[in-house]
Amino acid sequence: MTSPLHSKSVRVEVRDLRKKMGALEVLKGISFQVGPGERFVIMGPSGSGKSVLLKHIIGLLTPDSGEILINGEPIQNPDVRDKYRMAMVFQSGALLTSLTVGENVGLYLAEHALHAPAEIDAIVARVLETVGLKGLQNRSPAELSGGMQKRVAIARALVVEPQLVLFDEPTSELDPLMAVTIGEEILKLNERTGATSIIVTHDRDLAFATGHHIAMIHEGRILFMGTPREVQENPDPIIQKFITAELAPPKSH
Amino acid sequence: MFHNIGEILILSWRTLLALPQAWRQRQKVFDQLAYIGLASLSMVCILSLFIGGVLALQTGPVLVERGISSVLGGMIGLSMCKELAPVMMAILVAGRIGSAMSAEIGSMQVYEEIDALRTMNIDPVRYLVLPRMIAIALSLPVLVLFSIPVGWFGGALVCQFNQKIAVNFDSYFQNLRDVVQTGDVLNGLFKSFIFALAIGIISCHQGLITRGGPRGVGRSVTKAVVNSIVLILILDYFLTRFLLYVQK
Repeated sequence: MTSPLHSKSVRVEVRDLRKKMGALEVLKGISFQVGPGERFVIMGPSGSGKSVLLKHIIGLLTPDSGEILINGEPIQNPDVRDKYRMAMVFQSGALLTSLTVGENVGLYLAEHALHAPAEIDAIVARVLETVGLKGLQNRSPAELSGGMQKRVAIARALVVEPQLVLFDEPTSELDPLMAVTIGEEILKLNERTGATSIIVTHDRDLAFATGHHIAMIHEGRILFMGTPREVQENPDPIIQKFITAELAPPKSH
Repeated sequence: MFHNIGEILILSWRTLLALPQAWRQRQKVFDQLAYIGLASLSMVCILSLFIGGVLALQTGPVLVERGISSVLGGMIGLSMCKELAPVMMAILVAGRIGSAMSAEIGSMQVYEEIDALRTMNIDPVRYLVLPRMIAIALSLPVLVLFSIPVGWFGGALVCQFNQKIAVNFDSYFQNLRDVVQTGDVLNGLFKSFIFALAIGIISCHQGLITRGGPRGVGRSVTKAVVNSIVLILILDYFLTRFLLYVQK
């Protein structure tokens, strides 16, 4: 990642991706394209293979067959991962608990020696302020709430100035107010950096509010792909069941 | 088993390749050195004192009966520096430090921290394994250097104050000086250096292959400690054979 920085966001293409984990076929031929700067949401129930798909896109997992192309180049090629700046916001936040918040946010810059330590401190302070966590550099991640940890994870992604950013269930385990805040942060990050964003979620509100396009995934296959409106209007019973399901109050006797 | 051996060899090779970047990881090396030193030094001293003492207690009366108690200093001296200090300290470090290494890296694996490093293009071998390997390879020989004289002293105390042995400090240390050579101490330090590499690589490897939540971390720690101890004892035999051959 020490190569000259690319200012443009990237195009992502997934072609006939298949993956077995043990005896279970998790991905059964997934294909889609995400245009530069687009916010693309992958929505589906738990256990449908969304997170596994995301880990393939960033190169953490290798597919059994099929390919993932970043601007036409396969992600499995290590040079491609060096060439493009990519970041992922994990479901758990995945902050390094042995480091402070500031060290976590500045880790990419420090490890790749991209700036002097004083400059890194300044960048970290600025980015933390952007995500509403001003002055928390010296705190341990364990001292923060779930929502704050996710915002630190977003700050860590922001520091990379990513061309592609992936979000894995960014609003899971958060209260509705914090979920809205995180959704706003995702939109802001996309506006600030222009990065192509792929968001995996089962949160319908987040999906419809942030996605330019939504892919509905079910049992390792894409059921439907379209704009939020097209998804809402799709008559497929599985899709309708997923997007309209509500907990009915018990009938009074 | 062969799969694991292959993975360990690959990890060792990747750690070796990362060695030129060690200077950039110096702060982590110092942190690890401080941790290993602080965690182990008092235990090393207590353990060594009693190892020397037990050695004197077991052999002293037998040698006195045969009228050769004058060799006690040399015998305990050689045993400590060539065998007991390196092996016992390696076992202590495997239990105390190796377990901590595999638990820490294992937890990072389970909680996706290592995946997060990879997404930032930070090599976990350079960031996590290399500093730990350097720190353990430097610190175990230093701990053995502490262990040897403390063990000698423990033996001397028992020889002096146990009425069945009654060998005074002067004759004990005189015999020890006559028998133990610098090469014998270096012999023990070389062994401990190899043991340290074995403990470090096994513990880091177990951490990196951890799967399955907290229970997986527990399994990794147990495997790291047991495998390290078994390997220490097997390596000890072959290293002793090698060193005897070299010294001929």
